[in-house]
Amino acid sequence: MSESILSLSGVSANIDQYHILHGVDLEVPAGELTVLLGRNGAGKSTTLRTIMGLTTVTGGSVRFRGDDITGQPTPRIARKGIAFVPESMGIFSLLTVRENMILAAVSGPMDEQRLNWIFDLFPPLKKFWNRPAGNLSGGQKQMLAIARAVIEPRELLLVDEPTKGLAPAIINDLAGAFEQLKEQRVSILLVEQNFNFSRRLGQSVAVMNDGAVVYSGQMAELADNEELQHDLLGLGLGAHQ
Amino acid sequence: MSAHDELIEPRPQGALGRFRAFREERPHLFLLVLMMLVAFFMMDPRTWVVLTISGLAMGAMVFLMASGMTLTFGLMNVLNLAHGAFISLGAFAGATVLVHWLNGQAGEASVWANLAAVLPALGFALVVAGLIGLLFERLVIKPVYGDHLKQILVTVGGSIILMELIQVVWGPNEIPVPRPETLTGAFLIPESLPVIGGVALEKYRLVAVILGLAVYGLMTWVIERTRTGVLIRAGVEDREMVEVHGYRIRLLFLGVFVAGSALAGLGGAMWAMYREIITAHMGDELMISVIVVIILGGLGSIKGCFYGAVLVGLINLYVGYLEPRLAAVATVGLMVGVLMWRPQGLIPVIKV
Amino acid sequence: MMQRLLSGDYPRSRALTALLLIIGVSLALGPFLFPGVRAFSMLGMICVFIIVVASYDLMLGYTHIVSFAHTMFFGIGAYGVAMATDAFGNGYGAVLAGIGGAVLLTIVLSLLLGLLSLRVKAIFFALVTLAVAFAFLSLVTQLYNLTGGEDGLAVRVPRELGPAFRPFDEPWVGFDVVGFFSGLFSDPGNAFKDALFDVRVNGRHLVYYIAFASAVAVFLFLLRMVNSPFGRVLQAIRENEFRAQALGYRTVFYRTAAVIVSAVLATLAGVLFALINRYVNPENTLNFELMVFILLMCVIGGMGTLYGAVVGTALFLLAQNYLQDLLKLLAGHVEKGSMLAELVGPDSWLLWFGLLFVLSVYFFPAGIVGQLRLWAARRRQRRAGNGGARRDGVPAQGESHAS
Repeated sequence: MSESILSLSGVSANIDQYHILHGVDLEVPAGELTVLLGRNGAGKSTTLRTIMGLTTVTGGSVRFRGDDITGQPTPRIARKGIAFVPESMGIFSLLTVRENMILAAVSGPMDEQRLNWIFDLFPPLKKFWNRPAGNLSGGQKQMLAIARAVIEPRELLLVDEPTKGLAPAIINDLAGAFEQLKEQRVSILLVEQNFNFSRRLGQSVAVMNDGAVVYSGQMAELADNEELQHDLLGLGLGAHQ
Repeated sequence: MSAHDELIEPRPQGALGRFRAFREERPHLFLLVLMMLVAFFMMDPRTWVVLTISGLAMGAMVFLMASGMTLTFGLMNVLNLAHGAFISLGAFAGATVLVHWLNGQAGEASVWANLAAVLPALGFALVVAGLIGLLFERLVIKPVYGDHLKQILVTVGGSIILMELIQVVWGPNEIPVPRPETLTGAFLIPESLPVIGGVALEKYRLVAVILGLAVYGLMTWVIERTRTGVLIRAGVEDREMVEVHGYRIRLLFLGVFVAGSALAGLGGAMWAMYREIITAHMGDELMISVIVVIILGGLGSIKGCFYGAVLVGLINLYVGYLEPRLAAVATVGLMVGVLMWRPQGLIPVIKV
Repeated sequence: MMQRLLSGDYPRSRALTALLLIIGVSLALGPFLFPGVRAFSMLGMICVFIIVVASYDLMLGYTHIVSFAHTMFFGIGAYGVAMATDAFGNGYGAVLAGIGGAVLLTIVLSLLLGLLSLRVKAIFFALVTLAVAFAFLSLVTQLYNLTGGEDGLAVRVPRELGPAFRPFDEPWVGFDVVGFFSGLFSDPGNAFKDALFDVRVNGRHLVYYIAFASAVAVFLFLLRMVNSPFGRVLQAIRENEFRAQALGYRTVFYRTAAVIVSAVLATLAGVLFALINRYVNPENTLNFELMVFILLMCVIGGMGTLYGAVVGTALFLLAQNYLQDLLKLLAGHVEKGSMLAELVGPDSWLLWFGLLFVLSVYFFPAGIVGQLRLWAARRRQRRAGNGGARRDGVPAQGESHAS
């Protein structure tokens, strides 16, 4: 396993009076795609939000490339090179696709070459470039959300359930995009429920249950061990999802 | 994957259908045209022209005052009821320049000398209201983000404090503000023109209309065309995602708040020269128009704010001419009517 | 008995109980304890405004609805009586007709306001009421042949409620408490004798006691109301509208009902005001400044406690009447004409009150009453030695949630 770009140790977090995370320990290896699996309500999304500084940390620490970023304001965390695609995608629906991208390119005008690469990855974005993003379909919105996250080179992408509610063909397109990002050795932490999608992309894996990480290791190991899958994820034999 | 863009609604058929579509899609224009037409048939054309220009002038000034408040609400969900105090503040700051510091230039009959007084006066109003706005945001509003009840309470309290302070600094009495020499009087439309020939248009009102349009144009440009504008619109929609992209929305908001206060001050200074007399509590009275405007337009919408202001200006002048006693009632009646028709205002931008 | 009267909602603080007793006794025996026209009229205003502020608290404190139209309803009551007696003479029939018309108008208007803006969003209500109240003020000012315009109307009260009515031939004896205590310092020997004064009971005393009785009745009624199931629902909506809706409560109905009850009570207070003051104009009934004062009284006293309305009103009106004297005294020691002199001048009393108001929203959001209860609860907790009394020490609604 390569060096960690992000490491959480003993992170706890509350939302209102509810204790959501109880001591999360998680290592995200640099240059790899790590999948965070777990049942609904296990605390996966809250973990991502906590890394981003959107949920208040009540204990433990979050370190990004060696720096302690625990409790720092969200904008500062983002500027360190972490991009976040929330489950809701967070598209600005009244802005055009172009304006959404302008906003995402924090350090100035968009890089032409990179933009073309994005258009190759997600052709619909080019087609609807000057349309309000609110008119896009769900899959196109997801493409825009990911495109925003990679319009500038980022150290780490946090992506929350990109496949949720999408048609298989579109999921396939997305997987292709993630493959390309992997080739560029971008570090990615992907929250997923779709095990087939995760198995195809993931290099490392961590599984959460009840606000803590209960398993972490190589995806290959988990993919080969159906018994372990059954224990951790409650998947039936054959991973039918 | 591209099926979505083919979803074009069937075009409405027939005159009535087109009328209905116009009414539903462009309610602001519909209301504006309706109001102007109704007024046109209730008075003679020359009066109508004068009243329309005056209404636009009033609308332009009210727009300056209201734009800041609607943006503050749209962007940060902050309801600043002390906005009126900034109107008063601008009026007094502008008056100080005109009456005390550059009185000589304001009294001369030369356009340039007058400009040398008016521009510094407007600029000073802008700066004073903006600076106090900065302090006000830091000291009064910052601690109560996200709590409407407390916002209403502390800004009402803040408004009292500001207006009392104005009275401490400038004294409790009303202050006359003479309009600069070249801005008094009126243009005469040549007699030779049909229908409206011989109509006198007050110069100052024309200046107000031009300035209002200029500021509206500038704001529209900033909001539609610049990166800051993209950020502001994005912030109105989803604050958190703007922060996720690495922008400090607090700073953006502070900037908008200061700009909004400054514009209120500018509007106040314009109003001071329009009415030629000011009191510390003038902001309270204007706040009513401001509130009607931002509710009419849809909270958070600059375009809605502009059309709302024009509508308020026009109804004030039209009704004020037909039945002076009912001008204020008609203004508020317009608001109530629109609220019943479209509870979100004419051009809503946020889900209320 | 006390349990029933106060609906189980006790002051829960010894200092507060003492304060309320002082205010209660001062009001009950007021005309016989404080000589002079100014004191008498202030006592009457305190009674009237306790009704106004307590009914406002039902909206602001218990339902978190901010209304700027409370003075409008107050004015409707005042003008109702004034206009009716102006038209039909000073009989009781005219007064009753005025009350009836005013209450009817209030119900219709508050119903419309509630349905119009509570449907959209609660903060809309603040803006819409502000605009509507302003339109009403302008209408009253403009329709001078009906309302007397800026000049207002004199209220022709029935003879028995006027100063000409003298039920007793002999004057009653009053005891000037303030004079007595200051006399104790200057001339202890004659302090008691000097403090005695004559009170010639007349119709105005009768009106005063009607107002006093109404204030007590309205206060106890509201206390009963907020502790009834209806009041509990209001507070549930205040804490979490979604949850209340999910439980099946029609929140718009409850909110509108709170607005209507509150508005009707304000109207009745307006009626009393007209009878006591015998003169109404836009300035003393409909002004925006008056509205802000009501807000101040409610918040400084303590939102969502009802007792706060009593304390806040008494304190504010005292300050309004006597703080200016104090500031005048202070200004005497400062150089004339300087900015400092303006700052402590008698005209700037409102500046200081505004400052006090903002600070109290930040630091004592539960107002005087909430703070007194908090201290009392802490003391109880300490005495119980961190143990058993914890539950008792947890501040009830209106304190922790008044923000």
